[in-house]
Amino acid sequence: MLLSKSLRTAALAAALAIGAALPVYADEQFFPLQSYRVGPYAAGGTGFFGGFIDYLNLVNIRDGGVNGVKLTWEEGETQYEVERGVEVYERLKNHPGVAAWNPLSVGIAYAMIDRITKDKVPLITINHGRTDSTDGRVFPYVFPLLLNPYSETSGIVNYIATREGGTDKLKGKKIVVLYHGSPYGKETIPIYQLLADKYGFSLEQIEVPHPGNEQQSQWLSIRRAKADYVVLRGWGVMNPVALKTAQKVGFPVDHIIGNVWSNSEEDVIPAGDAAKGYVAITTQASGAEYPVLQEIIKTVYGAGKGNLDDKKRIGSVYHNLGIVNGILNVEAIRIAQQKFGKRTLSGDEVRWGFEHLQLDPARVEALGAKGLFHSINVTWDNHEGDGRVTFQQWDGVKWKVVSDWIAPDWASLRPTIEKSAAAYAAEHNIKIRTSDDTAVSE
Amino acid sequence: MTTPIRSAAVRWFTPNRFGLAVLLITAYAVIPFAGSDYLLDAVLTPFLALALAALGLNLLTGYAGQVSLGSAAYLAVGAYAAYNFNLRLPGLPFLASLVAAGFVAAAVGIVFGLPSLRLRGFYLAVSTLAAQFFVQWALTKFGWFSNNNPSGVIDAPPLAVAGLSFSGAVGRYVFSLTVVVVATLLGTRLLRSQVGRNFMALRDHEVAAKVIGVPLLRTKLLAFGVSSFLIGVAGVLWAFAYLRTVEPAGFNLDRSFQILFMIIIGGLASIRGAFLGAAFIVVFPLLLSRFGAALLGNVFDSGVLEMSQRIVIGALIIGLLIAEPCGLIALVDRVADKIRRRVFPPQSRPIHN
Repeated sequence: MLLSKSLRTAALAAALAIGAALPVYADEQFFPLQSYRVGPYAAGGTGFFGGFIDYLNLVNIRDGGVNGVKLTWEEGETQYEVERGVEVYERLKNHPGVAAWNPLSVGIAYAMIDRITKDKVPLITINHGRTDSTDGRVFPYVFPLLLNPYSETSGIVNYIATREGGTDKLKGKKIVVLYHGSPYGKETIPIYQLLADKYGFSLEQIEVPHPGNEQQSQWLSIRRAKADYVVLRGWGVMNPVALKTAQKVGFPVDHIIGNVWSNSEEDVIPAGDAAKGYVAITTQASGAEYPVLQEIIKTVYGAGKGNLDDKKRIGSVYHNLGIVNGILNVEAIRIAQQKFGKRTLSGDEVRWGFEHLQLDPARVEALGAKGLFHSINVTWDNHEGDGRVTFQQWDGVKWKVVSDWIAPDWASLRPTIEKSAAAYAAEHNIKIRTSDDTAVSE
Repeated sequence: MTTPIRSAAVRWFTPNRFGLAVLLITAYAVIPFAGSDYLLDAVLTPFLALALAALGLNLLTGYAGQVSLGSAAYLAVGAYAAYNFNLRLPGLPFLASLVAAGFVAAAVGIVFGLPSLRLRGFYLAVSTLAAQFFVQWALTKFGWFSNNNPSGVIDAPPLAVAGLSFSGAVGRYVFSLTVVVVATLLGTRLLRSQVGRNFMALRDHEVAAKVIGVPLLRTKLLAFGVSSFLIGVAGVLWAFAYLRTVEPAGFNLDRSFQILFMIIIGGLASIRGAFLGAAFIVVFPLLLSRFGAALLGNVFDSGVLEMSQRIVIGALIIGLLIAEPCGLIALVDRVADKIRRRVFPPQSRPIHN
């Protein structure tokens, strides 16, 4: 009897030992990357995906992953083209342990909304995307983190108001929005109109057809319109061309305000002198002085695993955006792990993590990103997370921050967002979620 | 002694028809069950849509001899028309919107085909560019086409025909396949009719065609109409079965060129050529990209790989067109002929009478 019991114990111990000794399937969390390193938008693609990969590498090398769960990824080239993005999606969606999609393209993101909702995997469109996806009641899996296009618009108009000495001074001013002829560029047309009506400035919105390497006629009409400010809502090659053409027609560069996709070194350096004094909005400061960047330089680039070919681009706007995006994705996983366990999470569990992605300034500082970005506060129904913006001015060599962290006027934007989301829900027969529907499905 | 019925059946059952039957059986009975979602959704469905577009252009350019650079515009017209029919006429069966979208595209094609009455060759190609730019401009300019969606992007509703849902990967593939098969059969029948002969007469010698009594005006406009009808239907497939979202920028001049290259590489004036060309342009780069990534993905980043694939594809196209100016289809036919001669040497070939 005693013998048999001890035998059984021994057998159990042996079984446990073998179980522990066997190489258990290592937990991995996978990031499919629809990157673009070729084509007219390669500067944005290489910087952003470079920063994202650099941060994932940092977490793997420094911490051995997120609580031991290794981060993996695979790139598929899209050239910023929708059908290639869809092809990459179909190719990588069945990879085990997909955490989230980060296409960095409005067109591709639009094409993916139905697909990821069905597959229950989050879609992150940091600083861009479909504005009404901020409404988590209708878009449970889409996250336009930090700054959706409406908030950006509000931030820019608020900034112009402070330069003029208050929102009441906007009355009678003429603002021209020069936008990229793409879904991304057109996203803010109604909201500029809304703000123009609200503050009483006169508004003209002019399209620049993709890719935007010829803008003579647009800038001539801007001059004819006697614009006080031009908001440059550009992308890629359109931006330096705009700055150079502005110089040619004699429009003062410090009255051109760049939006969040017209704010990088790659936009101003090719414009040379014409860009000196240009101001642009950003959610993440540029520069490599932040502790997290120093760690990336030391740990990742020191080990020869850095993703950028040109080390001068470390700390550039797109690279830093990629790093911030990496921080947000990794922290969402970390938060979800606290609830669901330190293992490979399902897409829906990561979605839960994003819906609880609350990083206050103290946590941001602990992550080594103080000053790089302000804070984020995502909830189940607010998928943007109230990111703050700041403005930076190009001095010919580097960007210099010229404002505090500004909060967009979220409250006045929310009704428009909810209205648009409700229309989408009606068109697609989507049941509007309540806070009771946020549990992770089995 | 063979009975007349049986010999008729034997005569009908030519190797080509046998091949076609095998292909159709594979496409319907094997691929939906054996193919992965990736193969169906990301490879075959776009292939089918663009093959149909190439077929449409081949009717116009290959058979009727009218060069067009506006194919992407007709794709866009088809996609947006189907979307609007669906949206604004609730209760209209999807197949009806599909056909109606084809007719809208045909109407637009006929309007932009009018210059063909005066212009030929390169001049006509340039004038069809007008379609390209005008359609893209109109779709962007007037919010009505995209139901006033601020970004101009439309979301396609789920596919359903007569209560049958085609929402899965298999469903979308089978739906596209069926539409393409039916459209191809109709196209083939048309080419064997008097209209088709007129097309070819027009292409080979316009004056001679006029002399023997081919109505030039009607034939040319019909060619534009039929061609853009097929391309419009292809646009519906592209938007509804493949991307499931559409933005006007997705139908730019590059897409028109892509379709033109398909028929040049596949073979002008050949139905099979359109399919081969589409396969070469759509499927081959994907294969190459998968292959390259698997082989060298750890050595180079995806940008370098992408660039080298372009070089490989470019070199292949040049090499192919030097070796076989008549396109892939001529190459395939030559190889098939060689095999046939090997298997049935000419002296022992059975003679049909």
